[in-house]
Amino acid sequence: MSHAVVSGPKAAPPSPGPRRSLNSRSLPRWAPLGFAAVSVLLGVGISLAAGWESRVQWGLVSALLFVLVSYVVTSAVENRRQATDRLATSLVWVCFILAVIPLLSLIWVTVSRGVKALDGYFLTHSMAGVPGFEAGGGVYHAIVGTLEQVGLATLVSVPVGLLTAVYLVEYGKGALAKAVTFFVDVMTGIPSIVAGLFLLSIMLMFDLQPSGLMGALALAILMIPVVVRSTEEMLKLVPNELREASLALGVPKWRTIVKVVIPTALGGITTGVMLAIARIAGETAPIMLLVFGTQLINANPFDGAQSSLPFYIWEQYRVGSEASYDRAWAAALVLIAFVMILNLVARGIARWKAPQTGR
Amino acid sequence: MASTTPTDLTPPPTGPALDGGKSTGRLGDKIFIGLSRGSGILVLLIMASIAAFLTYRAVLGISKDEGNFLTTFDWNPAGDPPVFGIAVLLFGTVVSSIIAMVIAVPIAVGIALFISHYAPRRLAAPLAYVVDLLAAVPSIIYGIWGALFLVPYLEGLNLWLDQFFAWTYVFEKTEVGVARSLFTVGILLAIMILPIVTSVSREVFLQVPRMNEEAALALGATRWEVIRMSVLPFGRSGVISASMLGLGRALGETMAVATVLSPSFLISLHLLNPGGGTFAQNIAAKFDEADQLGRDALIASGLVLFILTLLVNGAARLIIARRKEYSGANA
Repeated sequence: MSHAVVSGPKAAPPSPGPRRSLNSRSLPRWAPLGFAAVSVLLGVGISLAAGWESRVQWGLVSALLFVLVSYVVTSAVENRRQATDRLATSLVWVCFILAVIPLLSLIWVTVSRGVKALDGYFLTHSMAGVPGFEAGGGVYHAIVGTLEQVGLATLVSVPVGLLTAVYLVEYGKGALAKAVTFFVDVMTGIPSIVAGLFLLSIMLMFDLQPSGLMGALALAILMIPVVVRSTEEMLKLVPNELREASLALGVPKWRTIVKVVIPTALGGITTGVMLAIARIAGETAPIMLLVFGTQLINANPFDGAQSSLPFYIWEQYRVGSEASYDRAWAAALVLIAFVMILNLVARGIARWKAPQTGR
Repeated sequence: MASTTPTDLTPPPTGPALDGGKSTGRLGDKIFIGLSRGSGILVLLIMASIAAFLTYRAVLGISKDEGNFLTTFDWNPAGDPPVFGIAVLLFGTVVSSIIAMVIAVPIAVGIALFISHYAPRRLAAPLAYVVDLLAAVPSIIYGIWGALFLVPYLEGLNLWLDQFFAWTYVFEKTEVGVARSLFTVGILLAIMILPIVTSVSREVFLQVPRMNEEAALALGATRWEVIRMSVLPFGRSGVISASMLGLGRALGETMAVATVLSPSFLISLHLLNPGGGTFAQNIAAKFDEADQLGRDALIASGLVLFILTLLVNGAARLIIARRKEYSGANA
């Protein structure tokens, strides 16, 4: 304890008064809350006084004040090191709140504006014969398109992704496996519009017509690496003892993989696939290039233009009237609900089916 | 390798035909190996053919370009003579992505630290999930949110920046108009790349050896000093590659930029002025009216974008490969 006596005055030179050696002065635990309250009040006060209209500014000023107030008060009451610590803590909190604000705002705006046009009629009718500037019409054709394109993309990418992951985990050694690993990683970063352009150049080359299938193939390119990555990680979690037990019984390796390894990891694989579906369901760019969009219901993904939810939102946004904005928000609400439900269910499965040996 | 294959456990064959493939198990194995290796090779083939097809169409397009593809400030492939160039697009793409990085990386590191070291333990997992939800929102929804909600709200911020920071030149607003500028695009992109940068950084921070942190704590370090002395040095390379993954996303973002930006073919460092363009945005905006040559020209610009993201992502992966565990693919 004696070092506290020595370091006390050194660490806090501005307080020459008699210092207790054991407990240097410290702020109460609720101090950060107090700082927050004071700085928000001050921030709102200053903003009102300056006549700023934007809430963004109010928030920024309050956040800045919060950081300042807690640093100054702490360095006055405690010492410099504690103040720096407090500064870091408050900055980290500010960062987190800064990230949550857009998410909350986005969900709030989507829900509050989306419910305006969202009803049973909207969900069950297409835009056939509805002028873009007027109210009415619906999103049914886009929902059909999205489901079919995403379904086709899943049909293509899941087998390829699954087998590639099996290759990497169970067989892969040497240069080929390394190359595949690297390019799968790089492939996760391909912009969706580039995947769309790739299929567009194939279409131009072989003189193909736009259809849901083309969009689905572009989506599959975006989906494969995600499926490979998540499946790979799940397969790695399967305990080696299971494989060895099966092999020791004389079961061929391929049957071991199909009957033991994959079923053990199935929960995680399902989660990965669902998250991948959630990701590609919101892709607009490839659909714009390859499926073209239509106002009519086209349930055949192999022939002719289709629509899709994200493309529908883009279309309605471009029309630029109040009614079309309402439709765009309503479709956004449908899309966001679809994606979020997929996410929640996927993570539910992940938790429910988590391997006991998991990290 | 051979010792782990099941065939070694079957009774030793009498003849020299060790891998003769007589039993169904072996045949099944061969088929299965063939299938799985085939899918691996298919992935490589897809990458190779993306490069090949894009290059082929791009060469067709560029060969008809009467301007300089790299330096022309115009995009008019339907004109006579056809003239188009990527200078403005390259500038806009790089600048908006840099703005996004400058905003997003410090905040993402802060959030990652918050989740790994500051948040109450019971809250950490749900909070991480909330940040991951940001990644689940489709980009077109970010786009309309940005265009119809964020842009009006940023008006005030822009005026304020112009008022007090006009001397920095970049924040001088010389044109009147709504905030459909590269700066707004940068802010929106920052929000969109936060989740991936956060989740990769968080994974790295969680892998700091517990002993290092405890040693620092035992020496009387405050929490911030623990982070500065043991967590940040350990996580530096992870944060760098996380940022580059984020950069890769920002470079290729299409719909959010296409909805927010009001494009123009000008290069201006006045970031608050509406105008500019990015590769992906230009493709989305010009595709509808493009004829055959127009499409080839757009594919050529897409090829440049592809190479750009390939370089950035490849570099990020090479940095991260030194520590295999951190893969951002699930972010």
